[in-house]
Amino acid sequence: MILTATFFSAFAGAGLILLLPVRLAMLSRWVALASALAGLGFAAAALAAYDNSPAAPAVQFLTDLPWVPQLGISFLTGADGISLAMLVLTGIIAVAGVLFSWNVAHRPRAFFAFFLLIIGGVFGVFQSFDLFLLFVFYEIVILPKYFLIAAWGSTNREYGAMKLTMYSVAGSGLVLLVLLAIPVASGAHTFNLFALADPARSVFAPAFQTWAFPVLFTGFAVLAGLWPLHTWAPTGHVAAPTAVSMLLAGVVMKLGSYSALRVAMTVFPYGLDQWRTAFAVLAAAGIVGGALVALSQRDLKFTVGYSSIAHMGFVLLGLMTLNLAGLSGAVLQMFSHGIIGGLLFAVVGRMIYDRTHTRDMAALGRMNLSKAIPFATLTFTVASVASMGLPGFSGFIAEFTILKGAWQAFPLFLIPAGLGVVVTVAFTLRALQKTFFPSHPDGQPSAAGESTLDPITLPEKLGALLLMAVTLAIGVFPSVLLDPILRSFDSPLMQSVLREGMK
Amino acid sequence: MMNEVVQVLVPQAILVLTALVVLGLGVSVPKARKPITAATLFGGFLAAGSGLLFPLNGSFLHGMVAVDPLSRMFQLVILALALVAVVYAGDTFPERHFAESLALILFGAVGMMLLCATDDLLMIFLALELTSIPLYVLAAFQKSGRSSAEAGLKYFLIGSVSAAFLLYGFSLIYGVSGTTHLAEIARFSGPADPLLLAGIALSLGGLAFKVAAVPFQLWAPDVYEGAPTAAAALIASGSKVAGIFLLAKLLATGLAPWAGSPVFPGWSLLLGVVAAASIVLGNIAALVQSNVKRLLAYSAIAHAGYLLLGLASGQPASFVAVLFYVVVYATTTAGAFGVVIVVEREHGGSRVDDFNGLARSSPVLAICLLVFLASLAGIPPLAGFIGKFFLFSSALGNPGILWLVVLALAANAISLYYYLIVLKHVFVVPGPDGVPTRSSASRTVVAVLALAVLVLGFFPNLLLSPLERAAHPPAVPAQTP
Repeated sequence: MILTATFFSAFAGAGLILLLPVRLAMLSRWVALASALAGLGFAAAALAAYDNSPAAPAVQFLTDLPWVPQLGISFLTGADGISLAMLVLTGIIAVAGVLFSWNVAHRPRAFFAFFLLIIGGVFGVFQSFDLFLLFVFYEIVILPKYFLIAAWGSTNREYGAMKLTMYSVAGSGLVLLVLLAIPVASGAHTFNLFALADPARSVFAPAFQTWAFPVLFTGFAVLAGLWPLHTWAPTGHVAAPTAVSMLLAGVVMKLGSYSALRVAMTVFPYGLDQWRTAFAVLAAAGIVGGALVALSQRDLKFTVGYSSIAHMGFVLLGLMTLNLAGLSGAVLQMFSHGIIGGLLFAVVGRMIYDRTHTRDMAALGRMNLSKAIPFATLTFTVASVASMGLPGFSGFIAEFTILKGAWQAFPLFLIPAGLGVVVTVAFTLRALQKTFFPSHPDGQPSAAGESTLDPITLPEKLGALLLMAVTLAIGVFPSVLLDPILRSFDSPLMQSVLREGMK
Repeated sequence: MMNEVVQVLVPQAILVLTALVVLGLGVSVPKARKPITAATLFGGFLAAGSGLLFPLNGSFLHGMVAVDPLSRMFQLVILALALVAVVYAGDTFPERHFAESLALILFGAVGMMLLCATDDLLMIFLALELTSIPLYVLAAFQKSGRSSAEAGLKYFLIGSVSAAFLLYGFSLIYGVSGTTHLAEIARFSGPADPLLLAGIALSLGGLAFKVAAVPFQLWAPDVYEGAPTAAAALIASGSKVAGIFLLAKLLATGLAPWAGSPVFPGWSLLLGVVAAASIVLGNIAALVQSNVKRLLAYSAIAHAGYLLLGLASGQPASFVAVLFYVVVYATTTAGAFGVVIVVEREHGGSRVDDFNGLARSSPVLAICLLVFLASLAGIPPLAGFIGKFFLFSSALGNPGILWLVVLALAANAISLYYYLIVLKHVFVVPGPDGVPTRSSASRTVVAVLALAVLVLGFFPNLLLSPLERAAHPPAVPAQTP
C-alpha cells in the first residue's frame, strides 16, 4: 500500500488541480508541492521499511490484483532496492521540480497537472512487476511530456517536443512488438515478470530471444539516450521548461535504463549474451560522443544536455558488464545522475535563463554572474564538481564502481570510458569557467545586468539545497542505497543478469 | 412461429413506429425541435428496453431472422450510437425537414440492426440496402451546400457500385453452393471452385465499402467532411460497427472453410493485403490533413485496416478482439465527432485552426478530445490501447500475420503525429478571446462517451467478458491458414 500510494498521491494531486476554480489557479503549485512531498515521503518510508536481511525476499511490499485475467494481465506492484532507489529519486526530483517551477504563472493548473501525471507514471513504472502494467505507466508519460514542452518551453519548442515524442513512440513501438509476441512465444498467458524471468527454466526459445532482446532493449534504451538514437534528448532538454528538463534528465531517461535492466535483460538472458558486446560498444560510443559534443557547445543548456548522454552511457556500460560491481554501479549512477543532472538543469534553466534570457556562454560570461547571482554560481560549481565525479559526491562512487565492473568484464572498454571521464572534466570546467569565471582580456567586466538580475528566490534555494544535500549524502553514505541495491541482485529475478565476478 | 418472429423484431418495430410518429410530428408541429428530439429518443429507449426485456433467441424463417446473445448485444450498441447521432442532429440540423432527418436516422438504425440479426445472404443484402439508402440521403441532407451534395452523390455512386459487387458475389456463392444460408454454405464441401472464390472476393470487396477499406475508401474523406456532421458521426460509428460485425460473422461462419492455406490462397491473404493497404494509405494521408473531419476519415480507413488485420488472422480469439475493438472504436469516433460538432457551432468550422485555444474556452471538452484522440492513437490506459493490444496479440496466434502486425505498429507510431497536431492546436496554440460557450446536449453526450472510453480502458472486462460469453462458442472458428 505504501508503494502504490506514491503514484496515487501524484494522480490525485493532478485531479485535484484540475478541479480548482480559475481564481484559485495559483493554489495549484501548493497542491503540486504537497502531492510531490507526499510521494517522496511514501518512497522514503518504503526505503526505510525495506528489510535488507538475506532471509527476507528481495521484492517486498507486493500488491497482486487480477486485472484482465483473460490476457494474463495483473496489477502487480512491489519494490526491491533498485526500484526503491528510483522511487526515492523520483520523489526528490518531483519536489525540486515543483520548487523550481514556483514562478510558472502561465496556465499554472494545466502545467502542474501535466507535471504530476508524469510523476505518477514514473512512480508506477518503477514499481511494476507485471510487464503490461509497466508498459501502461511507461506510456502515460508521453503525452504530458509533449504538452509541457510545446506549451511552456523555449527555443524551437514545438519541434523539440515533437521530435522527443516521436522518438519515444518509436521506442514504445519496439517494446510493444515484443510485448505482443511474448504470450505467443512463451505459450503462457502471463506478463508476470517473476514467471517470465524464471531462472529455473528457460521460458523463451533461443531463436526468439536472439531477435526479441535487441528489439526490446533498443526500444527501452531509446529513452535512456542510447547512441546513436539519442538526438531527441539534447533538443528536447533544451526546448523544455526547467522543471521538465529536470524530469527528463532526472527520471524519464532512467525509465529507459531501468526497464532495460528490469525487463529486457532478465527475461531474455540468452539474447543478452548474444548482443552484450554490441550494446557495450554503443554505450562507450555514447560516453565519448556525448562528452566530445558537449565540449564543442556554445549553449550552456546544450552542454548539460549532451553531458547527460555521456553520463547515461556510463549507466548502459555498467549494465553490460553483467557483474555485481558494474550493475550496482549503474543503478547508483542512475540515481546520482538524476540528482546532479536535475541540479544542473535547474541552475541553467531557472536561475540563469529565466533572469538573463540567454544561454550563450560568452554572453553570460560578460554578465559577471558570480557577483550578480552568487547563489547560482555556488550551486553550479557544486553540481559541476559532483558531475565531474569528485570524491565525496554521489557521482564519484557510482562511476568508480562502474569502472571497477568494466575492468573485471572487459578491460578494453576502460579506454573509451577513461577518455569520457577526462573529457567530462574538460567540458564541465570549460562551461563553469566561460559562464561564471571568464577571464577578461580588456580588464574589468561590463557591469551591465549586474544590478538588474532578480535575486534568487527562496523556493529556488530550497530546491537547490535539497539536491545538493542528497548528492553529498549519498557520496558520503552510499550504503543507504547501495546495500538494498546489492541485496536486490541476489534474488531469483535479477540473478539471471549476473554472469561473472560474483562479489 | 410467426409470433416468435414478431417478438424478436419488437425493437425494430418500435423504431419504425417511432419514426412514423416523428414524421407525423414534423408535419403537425414542425417548429418544435425539442419535443421531436425527445420523442425520437423516447422511442429509441423504448426499443432498447424491449430488446432487453424479451431476450428471445433463435433462428426463424429458415435463418432469415436469427438472433443470438451476440447479435442482441450489437443491436443495442448500434441503437445507442444511433441515439447519439440523434442528439447531435437535435443540436445542429436545420429547421427545415428536421423531423425527417431524425426519422432517417431511425430507419438507418433499423437496417443496421437487421443486418446483425440474420443468417441469410438475401436478407443481408436487403438489410444493407435499408441501411445505405437513409445514409445516402442523410449525407446529402444540407441541400443548399455544395459539399453536402457532393458527399451524398459520391457516397451513393460508390455505394451502388459496391452493392453491385456484393450482389454479384453473393449470386456466385449461391450458384456454386446452392444455398443462401450461411451455415449451409459452410457445410458445402465441394472442391475449391474458382467461381466460389471469385464470389467470396467480390463479396468482400462490396463489404470493404461499408467499412471504408481500400480499395473502396474513396468516399470516406469527402463524406466525412461534406455530410452534416451528425450524419457523418452515424456513418463513422454505427455503420462501421454493423459492417464489421457482418464481415466477422460472414467469415467466421459461412466462409470459414475458405480462409486459405499455404497450398491455396483464400480470403485470409486477400484481407491481409487489403488491411495492409488501408493501414498504410490511411495513416500516410492523414498526416497532411488540415480539416479534422477529413483527418478522422483517414484515421477511419487506417482503423478499418487494423480491424481487417484481426479478421485476416482467422483466430477465434481475434474474432472477439475485433468485436471489442470495433465497439471501442465506434464509441471513440462518435465522441470525437461530438467535439467537432460543438466546435463547428461555436468556432464556425472544423479546420484545425478552429480548435485553437479550446483548452481555455472549454476545458472539459478539450480533455474529452484528448481522451478520444489518445485512445485512437492507442495510448494506455485508454480503451483504444487495450483494444489494439488484444487485437494484435490474438492475431499473432497466426504467425503468418507477423509482418502485418509489425507494419501496423509502425503505422500506429506515426499516427500519433497527426493526432498530436490537433491536440497541439487545442492545448498549446492560443485561441481567439471571448468565444461564447453554449451548454448543449451534445456536450453531455461527449462527456459520457469520454467517460466510457476511460472506464473501458481501466476495466476492459466490463465489455470483454460479456462479449466472450456471448460469442462462446464463437460460431465455427475459422481455419488457421
